Amino acid sequence: MADTQLLLGLSFVLFALGLVGVMVRRNALVMLMCMELMLNAVILALVTFSLETATLSGAVLVFLIFVVAAAEIAIAIPIVLQLSRQRSSLDVEGYDRLQG
Amino acid sequence: MNLLTVIVLLPLAGFLLNGLLGRRLGRTFVSVVGCGLPVLAFLATVKAVLLLQAAGPDAALLEVAYRWASFGAQGFDVAFYFDRLTAVMTLIITGVGSLIHVYSTGYMKDDPSYARYFAYLNLFLFFMLTLVLGRSLLVCFVGWEGVGLASYLLIGFWFEDPAKAAAGKKAFITNRVGDAGFLLGLFLLYWALGTVNMDEINAAFAAPVAPAVSASLVGVLLFIGATGKSAQIPLHVWLPDAMAGPTPVSALIHAATMVTAGVYLVARLHGIYEHAPEASQVVAVIGVLTAFFAATIALVQTDIKKVLAYSTVSQLGLMFLALGVGAYGVAVFHVYTHAFFKACLFLGAGSVIHALGGEQDIRKMGGLWRKIPVTFFTFAIATAAIAGIPPLAGFFSKDEILWFALASEHGGSPILWVLGSATSLMTSFYMFRLLWLTFLTPSRMSHDTEHHVHESPLSMTGVLIVLAVLSAIGGFFELPHFLEPLLPMPAVLESLEHYEHTFVFVAVAVALLGLAAATFMYRRGLARGEALAARFPRLHRVLGGKYYIDELFEAVLYRPLHWISDRVFLGLGDRLLIDGSLHGLAALTRRASGRLSRVQTGQLQWYVAMAVVGVVGCLVWVWRHG
Repeated sequence: MADTQLLLGLSFVLFALGLVGVMVRRNALVMLMCMELMLNAVILALVTFSLETATLSGAVLVFLIFVVAAAEIAIAIPIVLQLSRQRSSLDVEGYDRLQG
Repeated sequence: MNLLTVIVLLPLAGFLLNGLLGRRLGRTFVSVVGCGLPVLAFLATVKAVLLLQAAGPDAALLEVAYRWASFGAQGFDVAFYFDRLTAVMTLIITGVGSLIHVYSTGYMKDDPSYARYFAYLNLFLFFMLTLVLGRSLLVCFVGWEGVGLASYLLIGFWFEDPAKAAAGKKAFITNRVGDAGFLLGLFLLYWALGTVNMDEINAAFAAPVAPAVSASLVGVLLFIGATGKSAQIPLHVWLPDAMAGPTPVSALIHAATMVTAGVYLVARLHGIYEHAPEASQVVAVIGVLTAFFAATIALVQTDIKKVLAYSTVSQLGLMFLALGVGAYGVAVFHVYTHAFFKACLFLGAGSVIHALGGEQDIRKMGGLWRKIPVTFFTFAIATAAIAGIPPLAGFFSKDEILWFALASEHGGSPILWVLGSATSLMTSFYMFRLLWLTFLTPSRMSHDTEHHVHESPLSMTGVLIVLAVLSAIGGFFELPHFLEPLLPMPAVLESLEHYEHTFVFVAVAVALLGLAAATFMYRRGLARGEALAARFPRLHRVLGGKYYIDELFEAVLYRPLHWISDRVFLGLGDRLLIDGSLHGLAALTRRASGRLSRVQTGQLQWYVAMAVVGVVGCLVWVWRHG
């Protein structure tokens, strides 16, 4: 029981770290890493609940999230690469031309 | 053999040939087709008349061309019906029509749209024949609308001139008003009787058990239709303007045939009017008033075609007077004589205009009789015929109309006779005025015009001669007697029975009085007439202004309609309500999206923060309400 709470607490901390990182840091690459952190926090929570309820669906969902994360990174990294080539900067504050 | 169908379809074939191929195949082809097919139709009509005569006095030929629509056991047929009344009308239409086609080959010789002209003229004949040959009112109505279309096309034949195009539109729109009455009458008859075949309608009203519909109501509604087509008060305004068309068109459509369609309709449905004294009275009164007022307007007109146009309106009024007092055969008799002399007059006027290179103002004519003698002699005969000088055709028909206006038991009255005789007097006066001013007084033409005056070609003068001969001798054929098996004559008031011959002398005296007065006034030229006009300037202005009927219509109908359309429908309805609501919605969307788009800053952090706020908000909501 204590393990479950510990794992969930870890998951929450990881998620909070990732969220704060995304919101505070300006470096696109760091923001991506923080997003990965949040995803992993969610995975951790899923696995924990899966253990707790002795069902498999949570664990299966983890694989789905892996795939999504991989796909996301496969697109995000080239975008970041293109951005850095254009401006030789990864500071997202400079990329604000898409506005209403 | 489908003789009647052939009569109707021949001009249609002419229309299609000339309309589709005429421009490519040249003028000779157009002339041969355009004149040949009406002549063939005339010959076919003669054959049909011979067949009819062999069958007996009140027989009729009947041909069902095809079934138009069927529902249950009932249906509408396109059927053609040929009795003596139809025979007279068809002979006039194809006969005078063919003559006018021949005349047109000379008159329109140099027109660039020669093929189009003959195509329209043939189209007109087709619809006119549909009108008179149709057995059911529905087929008749198709022809009725079709002649309106042909009339519109031919009045606006030279549509490059906006005034002429406008005259065409005026004719068409004025006729719509009458057509509404026609249609209502038709619906009412079908609703009450379950048939629209005209012979069956007559039979139904003659049956001992009266049909469950007011004969007067139906009669008045159909008469409204007739006022439109036959230019009776108050729908007469289109006919004088219709003179914008080529002169042979004025002769054929706006004098001899189409405008008499209203007379034909009332005569054909005499079964209704015989049982509708009120409707008959309306017909007689409108007829005599139209005759009288149109004649007064004709007294002061100076355009040769306008004089003839008002004269046509006036003569049509006399025909309706005859219909109104129950003398249906006499009305058709006047249709028949009028077709000859009025066509001759119009074609003569066309010949004069042709000779003068387009001049229509009689104040700028005079002394033409030496230059264009054939035109003069034919015109003079037709003038005497319309004035009612015996023994020419107009005398017989007009005299009988006036006699029955006085003596008919079916609504005859001294007032009708007085107005009719006054009309007759004025007719004689203005027609001889026209004759004097155009042909006999010393010339008032410019030297240049006078030099170019020339007699028209044989195609035109030949037709004039034929029509003049018919105007001279046409009256000896006793048409009312011929039609009596179909259109019985009204009984004559007993008190007047023995005075018929006296009134013949009165009628002749009236005609001669008009002749004498015109001679006195205009023998020397315009001076005496102008002096008279100067003495009664107000009267002259009212007559010259045609009683300001057009202006009245403009003030009462056109202006309010225009105001409502402009202010209410366009200003309020279209601009304010429809455009306003759409523009308002668009502005609202644009302004709202302008505000909202400020949220989109392009700052990723800001978006993330918004997403977090949203997710937290959702969670809180689920927590509170879940």
